[in-house]
Amino acid sequence: MNSFYGVKLPTAFMLGTANYPSPAILDAAFRQSQASVATVSVRREAAGARAGEGFWRLIRELGVQVLPNTAGCHTASEAVTTAHMARELFDTNWIKLEVIGHSDSLQPDPFGLVEAATILCRDGFKVFPYTTEDLVLADRLLDAGCEVLMPWGAPIGTGLGLINPYGLRSLRAQYPHVPMVIDAGLGLPSQAAQAMEMGFDAVLLNTAVAKAGDPVAMACAFAKAIKAGQLAKTADPMEPRDMAEPSTPLIGKAFLQ
Amino acid sequence: MAKPQITIVGSGVAGLCLAAELAERGMVFRLFDRHGRPAEHGCSWWAGGMLAPFCESETAEEPVVRLGQEAADWWQRHNVDVKRNGSLVLALGRDAGELDRFARRTSQHEWVDEDGVAALEPDLAGRARRGLFFATEAHLSPRDALTCLVGELKSRDIPIETANWLDFSDNDNVAGAPSPISKIDCRGLSAADALTDLRGVKGEMLMIRSADIRLSRPVRLLHPRIPIYLVPRGEGVFMLGATQIESSNRNGATVRSVLELLSAAYALHPALGEAEILEIGVDARPAFPDNLPRIRRRGDRLYVNGLFRHGFLLAPAMARMAADYLFSGQIPEVMDENFN
Repeated sequence: MNSFYGVKLPTAFMLGTANYPSPAILDAAFRQSQASVATVSVRREAAGARAGEGFWRLIRELGVQVLPNTAGCHTASEAVTTAHMARELFDTNWIKLEVIGHSDSLQPDPFGLVEAATILCRDGFKVFPYTTEDLVLADRLLDAGCEVLMPWGAPIGTGLGLINPYGLRSLRAQYPHVPMVIDAGLGLPSQAAQAMEMGFDAVLLNTAVAKAGDPVAMACAFAKAIKAGQLAKTADPMEPRDMAEPSTPLIGKAFLQ
Repeated sequence: MAKPQITIVGSGVAGLCLAAELAERGMVFRLFDRHGRPAEHGCSWWAGGMLAPFCESETAEEPVVRLGQEAADWWQRHNVDVKRNGSLVLALGRDAGELDRFARRTSQHEWVDEDGVAALEPDLAGRARRGLFFATEAHLSPRDALTCLVGELKSRDIPIETANWLDFSDNDNVAGAPSPISKIDCRGLSAADALTDLRGVKGEMLMIRSADIRLSRPVRLLHPRIPIYLVPRGEGVFMLGATQIESSNRNGATVRSVLELLSAAYALHPALGEAEILEIGVDARPAFPDNLPRIRRRGDRLYVNGLFRHGFLLAPAMARMAADYLFSGQIPEVMDENFN
């Protein structure tokens, strides 16, 4: 696994912290699945007078790397302001950069994303941009100073899995040494395994766990699938073939009747 | 009359239910509130008033569902106007899948089709192809219910006196010798100074009045991001709620929240677009990390807190358990600290 801005994470599982039935269930999901990064959205209304402190304290107590995000920001300047607040609140210069361009599909705004990434990299942030599988956009984000990319699997909250495997494979192949996290759109552990089999470095999800009937069990299922996919990738999988190939030789087989 | 040995602080739903329960059992006590009455300073004022334990099981844990089933009878016994018309849960258009998820995670419901929805709520005819009907659930008007309890206490010569918790905090004997309980703290989120694991969960709501739409029961509209409910208060007035944000900010509903609540109501029925906005309310609910309520004993103090979004649903059971503890020493199932 590639490291993220010099940090080698203990597991390739990054987990969001929104929409759980309770913080206690969120805590159990992290502890039992050994997710190694917690993303947390910073709302401006909660940041004022540190009104969100009760919840943030619980996040810090998870004892994992915190990755604040700029969820819900629709312009570069909003995202930049939110990132600066997040840096103060969580004492980290890691930031997951989300600039939403389309309120229905929550698709990233490529122009605002590059603009905000440029500013934040200059301001000393370690930027994790939430992006699509677009190669040109990836190129611009790397130019802006990002050293990690977070391509989507599918639009946020859809649970559709990797809807453009071809595009994701191209992106992976184009930048083999850039750490990449599949972020958003995953619904099932098998989809996370698929992402890891493709050679991505980590997987980030939230809704699929938080909204499951048993979020703790689902988090553990994802953790296992991510490990399985990771292990499969290092084991160098066979190439698919068009023709059947018997796994035992035909020659020398006994004739029966 | 015996000299009151016990003071209760806080006249939100937790404090008033406990006071009513203790008065009913013949205990003598004094009741204090920093404003001398239930009002805008407490989150009970802004509550929905749904007595819907089965709907809540979508996300709430088992104790909420079980303890919440005591609520409707308790309120009725205290002469509160409890409407036992059930709850209706709907989802519109492409969110219809949410209804299947909701059905899987809850119980005590029946499916109703488009005609069934129309039969229950004629003004919603044609708005949803199917819904879930929770026939045994109920609702009340929180402000009327609180006022009713205040009246009941008054008739027993128990006024709500105006004072702050701080006025009682001197001469505390928290770590000293065993002492009988003399103070019961029902202050909600204000008790976070003593209960450090208590946090605020912000909720925003509106009161609206429609000339066109009448409902007989709370209607919940499911949505992956913005679930809402409308609770009828009679005469076309509805409580429209509520957001749930990890923040202890108790004032200032945001434009976004109000926009989302109103858009969802408008989607439920366009005629609600003509409704008049009467109030926009905001407060923060007191919650512990598992969102379950607690009774805690620390020396001469008893804390009743953490009712989260289930104030009117759980306060009766909390009052019963706290009263049992005070009268007979029976340890409440929700007690997680007992230092005396």
